[in-house]
Amino acid sequence: MTTVIEKNQKSGRLEVGTPLLEVKDLHVEFHTRDGVAKAVNGVNYSVAAGETLAVLGESGSGKSVTAQTIMGILDMPPGKISQGQILFRGKDMLAMKEEERRQIRGQKIAMIFQDALSSLNPVMTVGAQLGEMFRVHRGASKKEAREKAIELMERVRIPAARQRVGDYPHQFSGGMRQRIMIAMALSMEPDLIIADEPTTALDVTVQAQVMDLLAELQAEYNMGLILITHDLGVVADVADKIAVMYAGRIVETAPVRDLYANPAHPYTKGLLRSIPRLDQKGQELYAIKGLPPNLLKVPAGCAFNPRCDVATDLCRTEIPALHQVTDKDGKELTGRRSACHLWKETLHG
Amino acid sequence: MAEPILEVKDLVKHYPLTQGILFKKQVGAVKAVDGISFDLMKGETLGIVGESGCGKSTLAKVLMNLERATSGQVLFKGEDISKLTGQALKAVRRNIQMVFQDPYTSLNPRMTVGDIIGEPFEIHPEVAPKGDRRKAVQDLLDVVGLNPEYINRYPHQFSGGQRQRIGIARGLALKPEIIICDEPVSALDVSVQAQVINLLDQLQGEFGLSYMFIAHDLSIVRHISDRVGVMYLGKMVEIGSDEEIYDNATHPYTQALLSAVPVPDPTARETRDRIILTGDIPSPANPPSGCRFRTRCWKAEERCSTEVPLLAVPELLKGPAAHQSACHFAEVRETAAV
Amino acid sequence: MSDTITKDASAPAGDNSPKATPAKKEKPERVASLWSDAVRDLRRNPLFIIGGVLVLALIVISIVPGWFTDGSPFANGACDLSHSLERPSAEHWFGYDVQGCDIYTRTVWGARNSIIVGILTTTTVTVVGALLGLWAGWKGGVIDSILSRITEIFFSIPTLLGGMLIMSMLPFAGNAYSVSLVMAVLGWPQIFRIMRASVLSNKNNDYVMAARALGAGAGRITFRHILPNAIAPVIVVAAISLGVFIGAEAALSYLGIGVQPPQISWGLMISDAQVRFLAAPHVLLFPAAVLSVTVLAFIMLGDAVRDALDPKLR
Repeated sequence: MTTVIEKNQKSGRLEVGTPLLEVKDLHVEFHTRDGVAKAVNGVNYSVAAGETLAVLGESGSGKSVTAQTIMGILDMPPGKISQGQILFRGKDMLAMKEEERRQIRGQKIAMIFQDALSSLNPVMTVGAQLGEMFRVHRGASKKEAREKAIELMERVRIPAARQRVGDYPHQFSGGMRQRIMIAMALSMEPDLIIADEPTTALDVTVQAQVMDLLAELQAEYNMGLILITHDLGVVADVADKIAVMYAGRIVETAPVRDLYANPAHPYTKGLLRSIPRLDQKGQELYAIKGLPPNLLKVPAGCAFNPRCDVATDLCRTEIPALHQVTDKDGKELTGRRSACHLWKETLHG
Repeated sequence: MAEPILEVKDLVKHYPLTQGILFKKQVGAVKAVDGISFDLMKGETLGIVGESGCGKSTLAKVLMNLERATSGQVLFKGEDISKLTGQALKAVRRNIQMVFQDPYTSLNPRMTVGDIIGEPFEIHPEVAPKGDRRKAVQDLLDVVGLNPEYINRYPHQFSGGQRQRIGIARGLALKPEIIICDEPVSALDVSVQAQVINLLDQLQGEFGLSYMFIAHDLSIVRHISDRVGVMYLGKMVEIGSDEEIYDNATHPYTQALLSAVPVPDPTARETRDRIILTGDIPSPANPPSGCRFRTRCWKAEERCSTEVPLLAVPELLKGPAAHQSACHFAEVRETAAV
Repeated sequence: MSDTITKDASAPAGDNSPKATPAKKEKPERVASLWSDAVRDLRRNPLFIIGGVLVLALIVISIVPGWFTDGSPFANGACDLSHSLERPSAEHWFGYDVQGCDIYTRTVWGARNSIIVGILTTTTVTVVGALLGLWAGWKGGVIDSILSRITEIFFSIPTLLGGMLIMSMLPFAGNAYSVSLVMAVLGWPQIFRIMRASVLSNKNNDYVMAARALGAGAGRITFRHILPNAIAPVIVVAAISLGVFIGAEAALSYLGIGVQPPQISWGLMISDAQVRFLAAPHVLLFPAAVLSVTVLAFIMLGDAVRDALDPKLR
């Protein structure tokens, strides 16, 4: 945990390790014409100040729905929170009044979206959009808000911020727009940032810049960061711990190094194996067979069983619990859990 | 070495920028592809990498004759196909087909799978006699790993990976010799990408296809390609075998690109030597003079702004470093990337 | 992420390997296509059946009104002023109008003109507007500019003024055909605009590109790929505007360019009845109700056809 200690020295408003957000047994379903889709099915995770949690999953895994539920921006209907708690600093946000939640949203928890262009208002200058928060929440004057906007743009290293504060979103490049989104998220100095695929729409060289910026700002303010992504490379670069989701459940959690070095769930293992590696050149790639499940018809037992190489009869009937993972001597491994009946064989076999 | 099946010579595609409604006046041009030359060998896979706006998708469209080249030549087995029209163009289309990026928009939602894969036969009736078409479509479904009984279904009844298989079956129908794959897996779920890559690999062996594989995912390109070309702002900046490009890149842009790719290995976090480029890609309507990469390059000198570097093998370099690179200061970077 | 949900939900049911057998086995002989599937779908759609029966009945009524009433409204003594504005009764279901004519008989005999105006105008407007819209949207450039400017000119002409202008140039006037012609000339730009916009949003899809890459000609691309994907909003608007046309015919009658008495049309009946609506509401209500049912029937048909042409709703 050297990185965390380092972050602590640098700054900050928050004590590192302060628990910020805890999601407890969250269930979200969507009522569609064809039936009820259980998008989130008993998800638990937590983030502390200064910590980066990566939520890894494919489309339909429930990773974005969970984030939208935390932010309170889930479309209801068709969505419905059927069970669970979302504790922000110990208080359940789902039990709060809308007014109270709104105080948290944007000010305490901010979100960065994948598509910066459609998240920004095309007919307002970026300066006005950045300053708006200060005018609404802090009662700043027009001039103060403008100064704040320039300051924020400089913080996210937009060149010539003073000249560009009056420009419109379309006049910025994709990478710059994503920076503006980050600036907006930072404007109220939130405790927690949720970034939903923040760099997926960006090019590799720009992606590197934006991820670096995000990591640096996080360290400086000691914010918690939930990074939602499908990109194993990005996760390896920035995350402290990982939650892997599949068909609305968390199938594995682990500190980042442990997960990559030695996965304890066959799905994680399969994902890591399917990355093309140098020594496999000219050979067939390892591919997880089959398709991601239809949420209306999730297979019985472990949702991954039809695609799993090691599935047994037990896997086809009984939903595996999220087991605490131990090493060969039976010693518990911190932060490691796996929702697989065969986690021992997967991890040690 | 195998003979080239496709030779691209000094290909240029400019989109004119015009002003005025009634009397249009050209005020400039977006130089999407600006003088590109390369060969595609029979049976090989040529990977093309580059970031958005580098012109790789425009290149694909020009090669497919979906866009007219502004100048330059595209020789298919020695014959220039870039200026063909009418029946001659239609005939040559049989030889070059394409697999599209987005499996959700590349299949007509109001056609059945049978109609989609059978359409090539309707357009080119000589390929399959009318009575055999249904059988031919079912065979194609089988080849790409889909159940032939799916023939009466519609695209929305399939997942992304399956749709991409349908798109591949359509591309194969005319028994082409070349298939241009424009980001064929980037819209797919991670766990499905490998399946599609394996399928493309297997089909290449089975039908002796030559691929031009356009992608931004460098690890996938490396896996599937025999040779790799790197594009930046409408120019090919470096081209060579996969080893030459990935382990011995001599162009600064290639080096930066390779170093920026997130590596799925957390232990490499601290040890990696990354080049973080500053700034964005300049507009292709107004590219920098001289070397187009100079505005973001840490090696740039006076010469780079005046003299356009040519894509050639640098004289001083030896071994795997001696491959075509368009940089005045081409050299292998000390720390190995990826 | 409701988007993700639908995407997932659309994968074949219970299908977790690409080669799994389809849940429902289809007969191998059946060759499906959009149109054959649409017809199959329509035959099972109650909306289509109800709408279809109603429309069919209306057409029969307008061809042979004599089958449905005893007398003709044009016969001598068909109207009797002594019955003026009499309320509906067991023998005279719809009552009498101000002239003492039986409203039921007039409604039945008026169907012909109204149905002709409705169907003829809608068909002409839809075919002309859709084809021109398809052409403009597909070709773009100069053709699009010219056609779009022309529609703008048509939009700027006030309907009544334009109607009088066209009528004055016509060698025949005052019947259902002239009315249809006038309204078609003035009405096509609306459909044109909808079609053009719809084509523009569809023509840049990759499947159009894919068809071009296969060597498909302009005809195949426009009629097989673009038209089926762009037609849905046109069908909806066309079905709704059918009712509007039937009603608008009455307005033209005021100017002496619509259907003229002693001819009968629902539009005429409604506009005549308006003045005495408070005193004798039945005179207005019955023809208006019949008009509403007619419009509803066509809208049902339109909806059914639109849905049948969208495989996603199947």
